[in-house]
Amino acid sequence: MRDEQTLIGDGAIRKKIREIIALHVKLDVQDLSDTQSLEDQGIDSLSLVEIIFALEETFDIAVPYNTGDPDLDRIYTSSLAVFVTAIEGFVAEQSPTI
Amino acid sequence: MRRVVITGQGAVTALGHNAHQTLEGLREGICGVGELTFQDSERLSVKIGAQVKGFDPADHFNRQEVALYDLFTQFALLAGKEAVIASGIDFEGALAERAGVILGSAGGGLQTQDQNYRAVYVQGKNRVHPFTVPRLMNNAAASHLSMRHGIRGPVYSVSSACASANHAMGQAFHMIRGGACDVVLTGGSDSMLCFGGIKAWEGLKVLSSEACRPFCATRSGMVQGEGAAVFVFEDYEHAAARGADILAEVVGFSMTSDAADIVLPAQDGAERAMRAALRDARLSPDDIDYLNAHGTGTRANDKSESAAINAVFGDHTRHLSVSSTKAMHGHVMGGTGAVELLAVIMALRSGVIAPTIGFQQADPECAINLVANDAQEKPVRAALSNAFAFGGLNAVIALKRI
Repeated sequence: MRDEQTLIGDGAIRKKIREIIALHVKLDVQDLSDTQSLEDQGIDSLSLVEIIFALEETFDIAVPYNTGDPDLDRIYTSSLAVFVTAIEGFVAEQSPTI
Repeated sequence: MRRVVITGQGAVTALGHNAHQTLEGLREGICGVGELTFQDSERLSVKIGAQVKGFDPADHFNRQEVALYDLFTQFALLAGKEAVIASGIDFEGALAERAGVILGSAGGGLQTQDQNYRAVYVQGKNRVHPFTVPRLMNNAAASHLSMRHGIRGPVYSVSSACASANHAMGQAFHMIRGGACDVVLTGGSDSMLCFGGIKAWEGLKVLSSEACRPFCATRSGMVQGEGAAVFVFEDYEHAAARGADILAEVVGFSMTSDAADIVLPAQDGAERAMRAALRDARLSPDDIDYLNAHGTGTRANDKSESAAINAVFGDHTRHLSVSSTKAMHGHVMGGTGAVELLAVIMALRSGVIAPTIGFQQADPECAINLVANDAQEKPVRAALSNAFAFGGLNAVIALKRI
């Protein structure tokens, strides 16, 4: 979002993504593990859809996935770091001004 | 307890505007899925659905009726009329009070809500059509069917998402079996193919953008459909006494709840529902030759339903023909169990099992005997039809050849 432009600089997008995830799983940001999968950190598919919606709204992006998509499965079942990097990619691609 | 039979059927689906055309499509493996066309459809992310095309309300209803009937009511009235004519039943006299209508719908008059929200929020209008409420209410279709046919006994609608029609038909079965009614018009109707309706589903990220491929390794989600199917359920003695043509016998029904997750299906709930339907029908798993699966084409449903089928049918699983016809008529939501019952009746009557079209590749997680791509010919003695709804509600109906 434009009013947060000043907040979001180097590494800040990553930080914001992690904050949004933490908020939805009721964990402190520091308790999220980069190496564990989202699944292993208690994020079920319904929470994931909710998280993706929050990320789309926050960064004004469209995340082109549905729950039947093997790409989503792969990103979802691999590490949190992989998921965050994928979202960062969409932000860079679709909302370069952020 | 009294026996319950089906003596008439009618339908409006993406495969045709009546039961005959729909059955032909089901037999031939015709795909009713295409590009969605309605106001603002260009703004959709998911642009496909099994829409009832070439349907002009003015061909079937006068101006006043069109003003009063949401599309889901129109579909139900046409399907109901076809079923009543086919069964040759007449609700005159004493039968009127011994007859009922029990209809499933998930969305009710969603088209009407969509249009009128657009009017007040987008177009800034400060009034809506005076019939907005009677159009949108979930029981509108059931009530209009009752008025059209002079049915004066128990009339109501059932809303349990994708299990609505099966729940409704199960209740109709119970009503007749238990003696509260002699005849019940039952089935389901839904029309959610409108901008708001699809947007809501897009949000859940379970819709496919290419096709519905139930139980296929490459499946990518569900495809929305619309339409209705209505049946005449009748006490066997009543039907026999008037020399009615009996399509099939309804022999069992059961309902369970997962009590687990609002969207994710649980194998246990599906399993218990199938087992209980068999028990209610006094059938053993080996007696079932065909199962019309819920088979939505989502990763979660098809995997869990396959596991449940294996658990219930054991060694018989490899002999049990299974298909999901949603690949053809889409997921008709609260009407889907009714549309799928057409395929079950066809299997029992003609020994033709409607295929699961669009199938590409077997999925080891869906180890069932799937009737893929082409219809299968085989004598079917008895069949089950599954419906599993969001909210964890499962309803399974058992039919027998007569």
